[in-house]
Amino acid sequence: MRIKLEPLRQEAVKNWQELQSFGQPIILVGAATCGRASGALDVMAAIGEKMKELEIDAIVRQTGCVGMCHSEVLVDIIKPGRPRITYAKITPELAKELVEDYLVHDNAREDLAICVQGETPDEDLQVRVVMRNCGHIDPNSITDYLAQDGYMGLAKALEMMPQEIIDEVKVSGLRGRGGGGFPAGRKWESCLQVESDQKYVICNADEGDPGAFMDRSVLEGDPHSVIEGMAIAGYAIGASKGILYVRAEYPLAIRQLKIAIEQAKERNLLGENILGSGFSFDLDIFQGAGAFVCGESTALVLSIEGKRGMPKPLPRPRTSEEGLWGKPTLLNNVKTFACVAQIIHRGPDWFKSIGTEKCPGTAVFALTGKVNKCGLIEVPMGIELDKIINEIGGGVAGGRAFKAVQTGGPSGGCLPADMLNLPVDIDSLTAAGSMMGSGGMVVMDDSTCMVDVARYFLEFSLEESCGQCAPCRVGTEQMLTILKDITQGKGREGDIDLLVEMGKAIIDGSICGLGQSAPNPVLSTIRYFRDEYEAHIRDKECPAKACKALITYTIDAEKCQACGRCLKACPTQAITGAKKTPHTIDSDKCDKCGICFSECPDRFAAVLITTGGTESSN
Amino acid sequence: MVTLYIDDIQVSVEKGSTIFDAAQKVGVYIPTLCHHPELHTFGGCRVCMVEANGKLVTACRAPVTDGMVVRIDAEGARKVQRMVVELLLTKHNEDCQTCVKDSNCKLQEVANYVGITPERMAMLRRSVTEVEIDESNPFFNIDRTRCILCGICIRTCEEINGVTALDFGFRGEHTAVVTMGNKKLAESTCESCGECMERCPTGALARKNYERPNREVKSVCGYCGVGCGIHLGVRGDRVVSVRGDKDNPVNKGQLCVKGRFGYNFVNHPDRLTTPLIKRDGELVEASWDEALDLVASRFKEIIDESGPNALGGISSARCTTEDNYVFTRLIRSLGTNNLDHCARL
Repeated sequence: MRIKLEPLRQEAVKNWQELQSFGQPIILVGAATCGRASGALDVMAAIGEKMKELEIDAIVRQTGCVGMCHSEVLVDIIKPGRPRITYAKITPELAKELVEDYLVHDNAREDLAICVQGETPDEDLQVRVVMRNCGHIDPNSITDYLAQDGYMGLAKALEMMPQEIIDEVKVSGLRGRGGGGFPAGRKWESCLQVESDQKYVICNADEGDPGAFMDRSVLEGDPHSVIEGMAIAGYAIGASKGILYVRAEYPLAIRQLKIAIEQAKERNLLGENILGSGFSFDLDIFQGAGAFVCGESTALVLSIEGKRGMPKPLPRPRTSEEGLWGKPTLLNNVKTFACVAQIIHRGPDWFKSIGTEKCPGTAVFALTGKVNKCGLIEVPMGIELDKIINEIGGGVAGGRAFKAVQTGGPSGGCLPADMLNLPVDIDSLTAAGSMMGSGGMVVMDDSTCMVDVARYFLEFSLEESCGQCAPCRVGTEQMLTILKDITQGKGREGDIDLLVEMGKAIIDGSICGLGQSAPNPVLSTIRYFRDEYEAHIRDKECPAKACKALITYTIDAEKCQACGRCLKACPTQAITGAKKTPHTIDSDKCDKCGICFSECPDRFAAVLITTGGTESSN
Repeated sequence: MVTLYIDDIQVSVEKGSTIFDAAQKVGVYIPTLCHHPELHTFGGCRVCMVEANGKLVTACRAPVTDGMVVRIDAEGARKVQRMVVELLLTKHNEDCQTCVKDSNCKLQEVANYVGITPERMAMLRRSVTEVEIDESNPFFNIDRTRCILCGICIRTCEEINGVTALDFGFRGEHTAVVTMGNKKLAESTCESCGECMERCPTGALARKNYERPNREVKSVCGYCGVGCGIHLGVRGDRVVSVRGDKDNPVNKGQLCVKGRFGYNFVNHPDRLTTPLIKRDGELVEASWDEALDLVASRFKEIIDESGPNALGGISSARCTTEDNYVFTRLIRSLGTNNLDHCARL
């Protein structure tokens, strides 16, 4: 068998090289959802306008998200013979300046630049496997992907026996990146071993954790990597049909995937008799309606079948044995598939050389919250939390003190400061009472109330509970009511023990992972921040001064300079005062929005927040 | 056969049986709210949690294995059971006195078994969602403040009646049993057979104007030729309810809307209780002998005057097959084949 990838590849490499040495500057604009939300399309239009005005020739291209969402809109400029310079926080106006200054006057505008040749300060801490092409190639160009050794994994796989591929995946130690961490090779093997006239490969792109956007970025920035991984999986388990289950709230990802699938079909990398191998594989997109619980395998399958997405209770056949339409179905996460193509291409030993022994490879985190550099990061498994937050993330925003980090979304938990030296991998996070989940990581500072955080995540879990099993449905509702009571100063003695007892019973009693992990944010915050719960209940005090019902805003008459800023800004007219008369807040009218607190100039710091017996000023 | 031990009692059951089946065989009670012997298992209420070989499983779904050691009263299982029941009660209408299922309610039974204390209930926050009772159906109401979302009605409608008028709708705390598009029951595809109502473990699906009978009379439904077995619930000389006879091989306890709810005619004042003969243009009450004699003599006159084909007989779908058979013999014996049946009209 001769796999005919080489001609396609050579053409792509030639294109890529021509592009780099065309003699024209290349301008890359990060136009994934994060970039677009910050105005990437306006920036592109401004660049086009300015080029026209100045009669400059340059190649303007879109790329995906490189991960530095904190600095969007990102614009890269590569002038012939010069290194690539990345510019941060570019507005349409700045873009116009940049085009004129750099391309016409050769002023590289270092004041706007963030890095050169992609070498960010944290470069040595990050390892790009899943996101290797994101932000570098044009996701709508299959030749860009081919030029980065794209589809070489598939070509190699098609010359191997299915079992050989599975063995490689097993040797690589790749574990599912959707949250479960189940060894991918073993899952593939069980699919291969089931005899069936039809099998399916499904990519779970129903990313739903609040604050998580890794899968979206990969699909938007490098869709072919996922398609290639799925085709390899299809060949390995004997499936001729693949379905990408993407949530409908990801319109750009869906569009990029549709384009990518068409391009792959045109080049015979999907469809009938792929590259002359005799193997056929078709790919469809199914748009999920946005139910978080449909990320669970059996619910996802039911949802594709047009039924209500409710996880099936145990004991039940594995999806790999009896999945979509009752046929063996392989279900993996976006990032798992994105790893596969490279594992086959570069070999399992290369993959194993990254990360830890039990969790080889990388972890992609969506780093958000009170951290200086929000965005997507890809780090080797086993890296310490501290390095992620303080080095890659640039530390806690606003110079405030670190309090906790929440990982794993609503299924995960909160880890306190003394856990910062924890090496991060699938098992260590679970042992610490949290979980990796699909990769959300929310940093919290000392102004965050942990009871309120638990309430937030539990509210999410309750809303997304499918409602079929009683512990999850009524249990999370009861826990949420108690948490709300606590944050409103209506907590009762015994509530904490009740929450712990109830949380454990929900974990034991629920049908699926959603219910079995919904109490985690509550249990982990009680485990590490019990004193905060106690302060709310016993002293009616919110130590973080975040729970509205437990705080009072007052003005220190001695510090107040009667500048009138707070008075003008107060939306409820709760503040009275006049020139040279210190202002006062009518607590009956005050709805505790905190605007006066932020309006009061730092040099006065006259607005005080009091909770229980303590107070603080700005 | 598979042999296992339930609370140290040895029991052998067929392979493929569940722990619940095995427990029933030896008369060991396992609480459950969503299990129903005539329906597929659901496993949603989680009240039948037991410990099997050290792991928590739902007895209604877990298949037995050889040598399995089952502890019904294991602490972990009890905690889940008790919590579920306590929490269901915090969401449940407290007014049991006005509920048709009072003292015949599965939730009461299970709550009684797991042991609910006022101290525990006082710790929990009550929140019964206020939902209007759906009274649109002429025969039964849906009171969602009494619904425990066991899904028995949904499975009944799908598996017994094949109508699928009901399903779960919405998510989280808003989850409810709804019709397509959350319309009123009367505007849905519901055929009002009431099978769901019969199986509802609580008073969520309840018969309208329910009167508890003080005795039952076994009978056969007179509505159609199927001849479903019924138990008429009687109070004094009034029929106040009908339920299907589970032991009847024809209907195995199932009934249609007419058989279950259409019994008011029995005590209706307009009901004919004697034959009527038209005399001088008016229908007047007559005895059976008078009526039959009149029919026989008129038949004879018509045959003598115009021949037997001037006669014909029309029978009814409400008669039994046997009745209809006898009727055909009668008409044919008069020398005519002019026979028909209301179902063809």
